Amino acid sequence: MAGNRTGRDTRKGAGPLGNSPDQTLKIVIVDESEIRAAILKEGLREAGYVEVIHISEMTNLLDRIYKIDPDVVLIDLENPSRDVLEQMFQVSRIVRRPIAMFVDQSDTASIQASVDAGVSAYIVGGLQKDRIKPILDLCISRFNAFSNLQQQLDVAQSALTERKVIDRAKGILMTEKNLGEEEAYALMRRAAMNKNMKIVEIAQSIVTAAEMLK
Amino acid sequence: MTNARRLRIGFIPLADATALLVAVDKGFTAEEGLDVDLVREVSWSNMRDKLNIGLFDAAHLIAPVAIASSLGLGHVKVPIVAPFGLGINGNAITVSPALYEAIKAVADGDIVDPMVSSRALAKVVAARKSRGEEPLTFGMTFPFSTHNYHLRFWMAAGGVDPDEDVRLVVLPPPFMVDSLANRHVDGFCVNAPWNSIAVDLGIGHILHFVSEILLRAAEKVLAVRQKWADDNPDLLLRLTRAHRRAAEYVEQPNNHEAVATILAAPDRIGVRAEVILRTLDGKLKVSPQGAVRESDRYLLVGRAAAARPDPAQAAWLYAQMVRWGQAPLSREMLAQAKAVFRPDLYDAAMSSVDRMPDSEPKDHIGAFAGPAFDPDDIAGHLAAWKIPRQ
Repeated sequence: MAGNRTGRDTRKGAGPLGNSPDQTLKIVIVDESEIRAAILKEGLREAGYVEVIHISEMTNLLDRIYKIDPDVVLIDLENPSRDVLEQMFQVSRIVRRPIAMFVDQSDTASIQASVDAGVSAYIVGGLQKDRIKPILDLCISRFNAFSNLQQQLDVAQSALTERKVIDRAKGILMTEKNLGEEEAYALMRRAAMNKNMKIVEIAQSIVTAAEMLK
Repeated sequence: MTNARRLRIGFIPLADATALLVAVDKGFTAEEGLDVDLVREVSWSNMRDKLNIGLFDAAHLIAPVAIASSLGLGHVKVPIVAPFGLGINGNAITVSPALYEAIKAVADGDIVDPMVSSRALAKVVAARKSRGEEPLTFGMTFPFSTHNYHLRFWMAAGGVDPDEDVRLVVLPPPFMVDSLANRHVDGFCVNAPWNSIAVDLGIGHILHFVSEILLRAAEKVLAVRQKWADDNPDLLLRLTRAHRRAAEYVEQPNNHEAVATILAAPDRIGVRAEVILRTLDGKLKVSPQGAVRESDRYLLVGRAAAARPDPAQAAWLYAQMVRWGQAPLSREMLAQAKAVFRPDLYDAAMSSVDRMPDSEPKDHIGAFAGPAFDPDDIAGHLAAWKIPRQ
């Protein structure tokens, strides 16, 4: 199915093992997240892969990929267009070079790790397993790093939102009940303890009520 | 068995996940002592992989993917079994207003008849070719999908070679409508609610319900790994029973509104309940001008033994894989494909026998073209067609 590739470096797919990564391997990253793609791209560049191209636009994906003619395609699992890549498994008129999903059947841990991290790798034209393994491992670690970052960001974001709500509720109490800042906060904390709720929940209901009574 | 057993089940936001979604959200699974975590997925590839490696205990899966996985086609070989059919029919073919008019203009008869529309499509395709225009492009959801086979079966009957005369491309269902709007495709075959959404936006005509092409077409199944089924017979029995009760609930017409409301939730299918209701009622607006077509076969969830896995359906799907070059023809593979659909597991969960009524097609398929289907004679089925030329 792989077929011979003409006009390109024939050493590909049969290169020597254990050397530094083959700099001529062309890698495509299909990801709608610019930040994650940038992190991954940087990682691959640092590891010596120079030809890394990011596709963020999903329309006509197949054509975009064919124009680049990559050796490896990486795609995030949140991307519905993963099914589009599966079409490239088939040999047909519109599929010029069949690809395969990279699965090392002898290594279930690595399949699990890649699904957990949320990335999948497709190889073009029968590229050897040991040439793609380091790329996939790198993806997995970068994807995990990204989701940790995302989590930290989410936590920071929600802390910020909570702080804003509490401040608004405090302001409402201060105006409506003529309280000082500390008293207003103490009042909310007491209500939260009595009702077994979080301060932010009490604050939110004050804000909502105030909006309705406007 | 006092503690509820936790199960993770994947689904794609489509109307044929109805029995699964209702089984969970109406509490039928809870009554069976199952604590189900529904996980919304974005692609069939993800679904297959997560089921295969055990991240999901069960999945809402297009029937051909379950078969392909069991046969090791295109991917790792992992035997899958289906104890419950999530629906018969439910797909439709939608085309752009331009293609609709083109087909209508050259049609020799009423294009509600799929043979008339298919022959008309062949004329449109030939005319485009003679003018040196780009071939028409049709969207479908996956290489191993009913949508792929339904489109191919329909167009090939009228003389269109799906591999030579048109382009068939995979598109994720949520992208179908956009692709039709921006003219990346001229038509598509997809499940509800996407056809109705295209019609409502004024950018598509529903040309055919799939039930016009095949009276009975197995669509999605409740899929589990064979190994999981072997290891958890009791859980499987309870899960199947909960689905059966959900399907019976769905099939009561006075429950349709409640069902549509469940499915419309943002974390389920996430479209307006009214759009889903059309599918359940089998009353679909088919043209932007407002024409409505009705069918009592648009989507069968539990009636007419639709939920009972039928090995003849598996054989038909395998025959399409062979016809279109995805699988070799072999007796072993046919047997393996049939073994994916497990009426015995379904029957074990039933209190009464659920058999197909006599009014249903004798060959279990009821195709609009070609001879009756014989699940034991795939070669005969293939010999009946001019396309593809083997």
